[in-house]
Amino acid sequence: MKLRDFPEEELFLQGSAACQGCPGSAALRVAFKALGRDTILAVIASCTSVFQSPFPVSALDLPTINMAFATGGAVASGITSAADRLVKRGVFKEKPTILVWAGDGGTYDIGIQALSGAAERSTDFIYVCYNNEAYSNTGTQRSGATPYAAWTTNTVKGKEEWRKDIPQIMIAHGIPYVATASLAYPTDMYRKFARAKEIKGTRYIEIQAPCPPGWKFPSSHTIKVSRLAVQTGMWMLYEHEQGRTTYTAGTQRIIQGQSKLVPVEEYLQLQGRFRHLFSPERDEVRIAEIQGRLSHIFETLQFTHKMKEHIMDIELAPPR
Amino acid sequence: MRLVDTGNHVAAHAVRLARVEVVSAYPITPQTQIIEEISRFVSEEGMECEYIPVESEHSAMAAVIGAAAMGVRAFSATSSHGLAYMHELLHWAAGIRLPMVMVNVNRAIGPGWNIWCDHQDSLAARDTGWIQLYCASHQEVLDTVIQAFRISEDPKVILPVMVCYDAIVISHNYMQVEVPDQEAVDRFLPPFRSLWKLDLDYPLTHGSVIYPDDYEEVRYSIFQGLENARKVIKSAAEEYKKTVGGYHGALVDTYGMKDAEYALVAMGSIASEARVAVDELRSKGYPCGLVRVRSYRPFPIEELRELLSPMRAVMVLDRGVSFGLEGALYSEVKAVIYGRSSAPVYNLITGLGGRDVTYGLIVENMEAALKGKLETESRWPSVRLNEHHLVSKRGLEEYWKKEGVR
Repeated sequence: MKLRDFPEEELFLQGSAACQGCPGSAALRVAFKALGRDTILAVIASCTSVFQSPFPVSALDLPTINMAFATGGAVASGITSAADRLVKRGVFKEKPTILVWAGDGGTYDIGIQALSGAAERSTDFIYVCYNNEAYSNTGTQRSGATPYAAWTTNTVKGKEEWRKDIPQIMIAHGIPYVATASLAYPTDMYRKFARAKEIKGTRYIEIQAPCPPGWKFPSSHTIKVSRLAVQTGMWMLYEHEQGRTTYTAGTQRIIQGQSKLVPVEEYLQLQGRFRHLFSPERDEVRIAEIQGRLSHIFETLQFTHKMKEHIMDIELAPPR
Repeated sequence: MRLVDTGNHVAAHAVRLARVEVVSAYPITPQTQIIEEISRFVSEEGMECEYIPVESEHSAMAAVIGAAAMGVRAFSATSSHGLAYMHELLHWAAGIRLPMVMVNVNRAIGPGWNIWCDHQDSLAARDTGWIQLYCASHQEVLDTVIQAFRISEDPKVILPVMVCYDAIVISHNYMQVEVPDQEAVDRFLPPFRSLWKLDLDYPLTHGSVIYPDDYEEVRYSIFQGLENARKVIKSAAEEYKKTVGGYHGALVDTYGMKDAEYALVAMGSIASEARVAVDELRSKGYPCGLVRVRSYRPFPIEELRELLSPMRAVMVLDRGVSFGLEGALYSEVKAVIYGRSSAPVYNLITGLGGRDVTYGLIVENMEAALKGKLETESRWPSVRLNEHHLVSKRGLEEYWKKEGVR
């Protein structure tokens, strides 16, 4: 599918209160186009709670309930159970898509229990984490998704820990569909939402969401930063279905040798949150640490890819 | 159908009769039997209901909110720590104006761990916008749960209702109840029609950001909903008596108040013990009566004013405490009769963590109060401190010396 084939109908309306260059609102546009009108939405406390616009107006043209921070999986359980009843009673001819939209704080940290519980109960819904790698809504504090060495307002010398990997944790739940997506690859993102819609059970999609004010880059660079994240390996695109991980779009091209892994410096230098790695003097140790990890991951994946062609069909989870 | 069963199983029967379609709950003693019985109804007896075994009480309430927002009748049950854990979402359920019913089996809060009765858990949830009804018998539990759905779903109310009853005394003891026919309950409780829901044909956004310009109006509407509930609770009780049978009072239930000059005020099963105390006090020549607060929120302002203002003395039994003040029910009873009565009002804080409250204790304290022998108006009459409760000065000095702390 090409961009021009996307449905014209906009379910994320104009005039939202999002910042310039907001990745969350751009992701909502693509997601809504792929899922269509027959969708019920729960928005979990995040920037989206705010930028959908305050009462009495809304940029969300879907039936929407806003919910508290730690409730993503749980509110979906209630909605989907009620929808099952309404299907059995004949009120719904077909069960609508149930969509939960949460940030990385609401997913990696405070909401992981409810999400894990819902996945374990095979709750029939799509959970989306738009991951801006910090608590952007409260002014950029570290989250479990904040990458190593990134500045936030409470990691002023750069985060000392490496981020955790929720997509892999969701794969470990044995749910039918897990995918990652990037704003720089909208057709890939669209296809993943469309695929998720066809499947029953818990489906998890995580979108990297570079946040101009939080990451400190010009608002015109959201897509550029998104693309470089994939090209440097800082964000990997894949989908996991029936026990098999398939790398897609830019990530797939690097693994298959069609394009080269871009040095991570190019990605880091664009963003003020990594400025301390370059000024007043270069922090060779930390830059090398980050590059070393990425190079190792991709060398492993490239090796596996070549071996697969020649020897046998094996699967490796993407290391981080 | 006549049944001899636990209060918890009786509550489950009420949920079945109310044709609840989504139940979401998390196990906690002494509530667990309710959801065990409901899950059995669903899997073995064809109850048309989705049962969601969530992973926490916070999620239980979130799921019930999700279900109710779809326009479906929903129920949960919890107790004590569970109620505390879901506290944030109690506010959410009332704030977003969704009807639902939850049973809270009143249990003490830890530490130390205590599974027995007091009212601290639901008193701490007093200001969440929920209607709170307290029951004193198994039959009242059954009848009140069914009534609660009608109250909650009334278009003038549209607020969640918490039905509270006492741990162990009601939850686990077996008593005889009359289970009404489904047809009678159906006549009393029509199918749920919501005021708003997540509607694909009418896609609205609920619960979004609200500025100071509009927020107070939202809170005021909750306040008005609870004010309207006064009438609705009364009419639900009257209507239930007519169509199903059984009456336990409306906002209050009274005993021996017609010619009373002194009154006891209580909530929950302790009121049954207080009835015996009333009889005993009367036999000793004190014309005493009992007012049982059935609806704690909305608080029975008019009823209490009318009943208590003419009294020569009032004693309030509190099964919970507002630390740093006194019993919460006591404060509120005083507040509503303020300026209307100069009679002394006394307070017994007792029965915490399942401590047995005997009619003898109530009689003894009421007599002492009437003879002017109580040192304080609010007291803890059943506290008996011993060496395990107290820290000795010498022991503490030895401990500090050992730890090297000055």
